[in-house]
Amino acid sequence: MSGPGATAVPAQARLCSAAGCRACGSEAIRSHLETSLAERGLAGRLRLRRVGCLGPCGAGPLLALDPGGARQGSVIFGGVTRADADSLVEALAAVRLDSWEPQAAQRFDQLHPFFRLQRRIVLENCGRIDPESIDEAIAAGAYVQLKRAVASSSPEAVIERIRRSGLRGRGGAGYPTGLKWQSVAGRPGPEKVVVCNADEGDPGAFMDRTVLEGDPHRVLEGMAIAAYAVGARLGFIYIRAEYELAIAHLRRAIEQASGRDLLGDVAIELRVGAGAYVCGEETALLHSIEGGRGTPRPRPPYPAEHGLWGRPTLINNVETFANVVPILREGADWFAAIGTPTSAGTKVFSLTGHVRLAGVLEVPMGTPLATVVEQMGGGAPGGVPIKAVQTGGPSGGCVPAKHLDTPVDYESLKELGTIMGSGGMVVLDATTDMVDLAAFFMGFCREESCGKCVPCRAGTVQLHDLLRKHLERRATAADLEQLESLCHMVADTSLCGLGQSAPRPVLSALRHFRGDFLALLQPKASAVP
Amino acid sequence: MKRQRFTPLDLLKVKEPRDQAVSDAETEASTETFAELEPCLRDRNGQASALIELLNRAQELYGHLSKPLLAHLASELVLPLSSVYGTASFYHLFRFQAPAAHQLVVCTGTACHVKGADRLLAVLEGDGGAGLELSRVRCLGTCGGAPLVVVDGVVWTHQNAASLQQGLGGLPR
Repeated sequence: MSGPGATAVPAQARLCSAAGCRACGSEAIRSHLETSLAERGLAGRLRLRRVGCLGPCGAGPLLALDPGGARQGSVIFGGVTRADADSLVEALAAVRLDSWEPQAAQRFDQLHPFFRLQRRIVLENCGRIDPESIDEAIAAGAYVQLKRAVASSSPEAVIERIRRSGLRGRGGAGYPTGLKWQSVAGRPGPEKVVVCNADEGDPGAFMDRTVLEGDPHRVLEGMAIAAYAVGARLGFIYIRAEYELAIAHLRRAIEQASGRDLLGDVAIELRVGAGAYVCGEETALLHSIEGGRGTPRPRPPYPAEHGLWGRPTLINNVETFANVVPILREGADWFAAIGTPTSAGTKVFSLTGHVRLAGVLEVPMGTPLATVVEQMGGGAPGGVPIKAVQTGGPSGGCVPAKHLDTPVDYESLKELGTIMGSGGMVVLDATTDMVDLAAFFMGFCREESCGKCVPCRAGTVQLHDLLRKHLERRATAADLEQLESLCHMVADTSLCGLGQSAPRPVLSALRHFRGDFLALLQPKASAVP
Repeated sequence: MKRQRFTPLDLLKVKEPRDQAVSDAETEASTETFAELEPCLRDRNGQASALIELLNRAQELYGHLSKPLLAHLASELVLPLSSVYGTASFYHLFRFQAPAAHQLVVCTGTACHVKGADRLLAVLEGDGGAGLELSRVRCLGTCGGAPLVVVDGVVWTHQNAASLQQGLGGLPR
């Protein structure tokens, strides 16, 4: 043998088992492949593995083929069929796996811009390890940083590193993570709590689901490090009930990690929601963990001083916690050097809508939107021009095509009247009616308003009706004026983030696509009451 | 077992409403025992904060949340029936009526919306939806398959009016 591993490493097929590919039938293909390999006695020559998200979910089911031996260069195949699985087995039997070309499946090599332009830090293990195996996670380095932090760093030193890294909250608001940790750590008393917000409710967003399904131990370790840093012994993960697979993977990961005593003296509990968008708002989320109605309350006091059962509580988003391990491993300066001076690190986006390659990708902050949408995503299908890109879901707005050179960072998006949000990016082609989209988001907020404060409860209903009136071509110039002023009223006077940001999609559409609204107005004389 | 099982309230020493006024649910508690829920109740030490977990579990077991069930939970957790019902009715996923033979959920999230979820809804709200229980969800997070519907728990991706009608024709009625 020429060297260790030169011939010992068999080729492997990694099959995406995340919810997107499952919905396209990946599990049936995996079990078919498994049976065929066993029947032909080929199981030893192709290692079949189940992994988290491989990226371009829209082209699922996805299969990554690693050539094995010392050879490099994985190839990812999309839209894999049962017949493709059969031909793969044939190719393996004939020892010509290298030249295997599936009939139906779409081929992506690693030089495809979708992969080449990514910088995977949060998702570094996603698609590489079996998310249900703690051994694979440990082999990829899980729980080393937690152990090292507890053994050789003071909590203050950990917080200082997070602060210096420039990490900002990935849930959307972009609050500096180090400062948040510091303010919880600075509260007196031993009874503190760490909460992971996994209530990813924006329609069109699935970054957190991808992380939780593909690498749950990464999030648990980040939480445990945070708990050590702020002095908490209890952690909760609040996850939306719609994410069944992520819930299953998390439950298993928590059992495995606590069974092996890897979380130190931190106990982590899973709390599953029951369908309420407003529970992504931190005070509503806390009420829901306590077992009550998920209604928000005014802040201050912030959860850092008065959180779960009145205890100082640290709340961070899934992706924020997932960034903690690489920061401790590679250093704060390394992290701060990625991205832009004010927005350090990377951001995971879920790219959907009118785009050729829909899926999950991770790019350095500051990457122009055009790079993500046009180069990586391949633009809109059918050569239709792109009209805008929607970011931030029902709390966000849109970036019109002429501004697609905007770098993705907290400040640049804010200047355009939208927000970074949690990372949902919906591409809208020229056929999209922006008034219809604004009405869609307002309908969503109307349904999801918890009803506690009047501006949001009544305002979203009025705004939705006004938008419907436009769509039905019954609106007048006065209605448009009222729509705009009511938007500002609801934004200024609502109790929580849901109501405050509910008008943003409308205001953003008005700012960039006022013509779409004006085209629907009734001429004055023939106005219908 | 080496590890002691933590429950949040043990750790935080949170006061339970146990010793407060007698639950108004007690008088209404029915003769049904809901024995299948016992393990979950025990696991949570009957803590009021586990209410949503218990409601989720109960719906999984019984398909919906009946009045006697809500009364049972109220009495077990020593909570007023009004707060049990108040919490249950706040969340979209809890249901108070028994489900129909086939459950059909149309995703009306952003990606599905821009790709024609309303055309699927039009089919279902017309003749195509007879004998089905139709509901909507605002995004399953698998937008790569948009527009999609969930039929009895199975996700059907990239649907259009024709494929949906054809698929529904194949369901046992």
